[in-house]
Amino acid sequence: MTDPNKPASVARRTISTPLILTAILIALALIALASGSRPFNQTVIDIFLRVILVVGLYIFIGNSGVMSFGHIGFTCLGGYAAAWLTMPPMMKQTLLPGLPNWLMQLQLPYWAGALIAALWAALWAAVFGKILLRLSGIAASIATFAMLAMINTIYSNWESVTAATSSVVGIPIVRTIWPYLIAAILSVFIAWAHAISRAGLALRAARDEPTAAAASGVDITKERLIAFVISGAVMGMGGALFAHSIGVVTPDTFYLTLTFTSLSMLVVGGIGSLSGAVLGVVILSSLIQALRWLEAGVTVGSTTFGIPNGLQEITLGIVMIVILAFRPSGIMANSELIWPRARPEKPDEMSGTTPTQQGVTK
Amino acid sequence: MQTLFDALSLGSLYALGALGIALIFGVMRLVNFAHGDVISFSVFALLWPSTDAVALVFAGDLPWFLLIPFVLLMGAGLSVLCELIIFRRFRGANPATMMIASFALGFVIRYFLLMLFSSRPKSISLLPALSQPVEILGARIPLLQVITIVATIAILFALTAFLKRTRFGLEMRAAAENFTMARMLGVRANRVIMGAFALSGALAAAIGLILASQTGTADIQMGGAVMLMAFIATVIGGLGSLPGAVLAGFLLGAASVVMQTLLPIDARPFRDAFVYGAVILVLIFRPQGLIAAPGTKERV
Repeated sequence: MTDPNKPASVARRTISTPLILTAILIALALIALASGSRPFNQTVIDIFLRVILVVGLYIFIGNSGVMSFGHIGFTCLGGYAAAWLTMPPMMKQTLLPGLPNWLMQLQLPYWAGALIAALWAALWAAVFGKILLRLSGIAASIATFAMLAMINTIYSNWESVTAATSSVVGIPIVRTIWPYLIAAILSVFIAWAHAISRAGLALRAARDEPTAAAASGVDITKERLIAFVISGAVMGMGGALFAHSIGVVTPDTFYLTLTFTSLSMLVVGGIGSLSGAVLGVVILSSLIQALRWLEAGVTVGSTTFGIPNGLQEITLGIVMIVILAFRPSGIMANSELIWPRARPEKPDEMSGTTPTQQGVTK
Repeated sequence: MQTLFDALSLGSLYALGALGIALIFGVMRLVNFAHGDVISFSVFALLWPSTDAVALVFAGDLPWFLLIPFVLLMGAGLSVLCELIIFRRFRGANPATMMIASFALGFVIRYFLLMLFSSRPKSISLLPALSQPVEILGARIPLLQVITIVATIAILFALTAFLKRTRFGLEMRAAAENFTMARMLGVRANRVIMGAFALSGALAAAIGLILASQTGTADIQMGGAVMLMAFIATVIGGLGSLPGAVLAGFLLGAASVVMQTLLPIDARPFRDAFVYGAVILVLIFRPQGLIAAPGTKERV
């Protein structure tokens, strides 16, 4: 919703956020490339994957204000779709004998698989969203959680198609960093494009002032459904790439632990902020990595210092609590990273999109 | 008959868990994800730290009349401690922040236990006399199930009496209904919240005790599954509504057991999917829960 009275379009005024975030991601990729170490490379790939997932969460949760515990379900759908589409037919015959014949013979390159996986997840997001998004508030959160549990139960028991709880191996592994980088940047831009689109602005208006937004003609359920489907697609793509990064999928990879780590990253970064989503991932992932190194032991001179097992998670939990105690709305709160120059024009403006959003609500 | 008892005893567990979550939600709008870890903690409080597969018993050998209060105290103590150290700082934070904070806290507790006890489940025999079956109306039912059900009913009555007859209970109900108003009228917020945490911790400990004697193992994950169901029960029952939480807990337990027996064999592994599907249906038709608590309605 561009306002004709404003000199620059919303896109022009907010483009700096995705650009800065892209720069951060590229910088990470370059560091990984420069270090040349294999484990570090894998760490950065993990960070990119989490960026995709957390940005996917942000598209729905951040803009609609409805907490969703179910999005990792779409990641699960995406991961298994990637397995179905890209595994060699021989492997599929033994591991997943229940697949239909055409799917059994199919072997796509990983990027095509990831795209179809995203569409597949989006399709299911549309189906579930249509049913669930009539709810709001905590009831909606629980309903999404029930959806996650349903998906998990089905994938853990449908032996012939998902190999039940045993792991599906043989998914082609992609080790280079670039596809993950591109996908992460892509998801940042998708989130940005959605946030400044008519649907995104209307949805945020409805988040802040549901009554006023509804009175101004915002169809809350429809806008939520749009965000739900887009974020489902991003989560599905993330799931497919996740599968390609480790080469194995199990239903429990995509369950509570992943749900909570990604949600924590979003909340610590700042629920209502795209920059917060990316920074939350980068900060918490770096912390996790640093603690892992400490756990493995740091050699100083002839002695090795290491922290006991389990302390990594304990520290992580404590750090999260401390960050939230001091910044209850997350590191970025509701603001976005923008060029410093853009600020003086409107000093009280938190993010580039806020004025238009207020234009809708008031 | 067997089915009925299965349903009731599973339902009892869910109901107790849901009560513990609903109590805290009622007074401070916190969805406490650390609840499951309080359950595990109170069981592990009976053991010496060790990584062996067989538990080194510390307080578990106490006679039952000492053992039960000890476990309940441990649960309540931990819960109050969490309130004092952590949740007190989150008064007035938005619910998502509190939820993630409580989740982080649960994480800390779980890995603290992991550090001391390792992740291997330990065999532990608590109150072994209870695993004997008894015969009721022609069905052989483990004594433990009977005791679980009886204890739950007793706890429910005691809690109702406490909430309805004592001054403290009255304050707690007032706070659950309208916290700001209750404070204006002289209810001490911190005391009420602390009371809610203590009660909820004791309930968690009761679940821990029942679970540990039922399964004969102590596992740091043991609280998780019950907590999730309890959490769902709280919402279906109507968040903040205590009778609703109990009713929904029993309904969920009954639904799980009934589906287990009624579904065709092929569909049985998918039982939980059906239960969760039913949850979604209930939410769609009654988004405010079966028994909507006053004061939680969305106002325009």
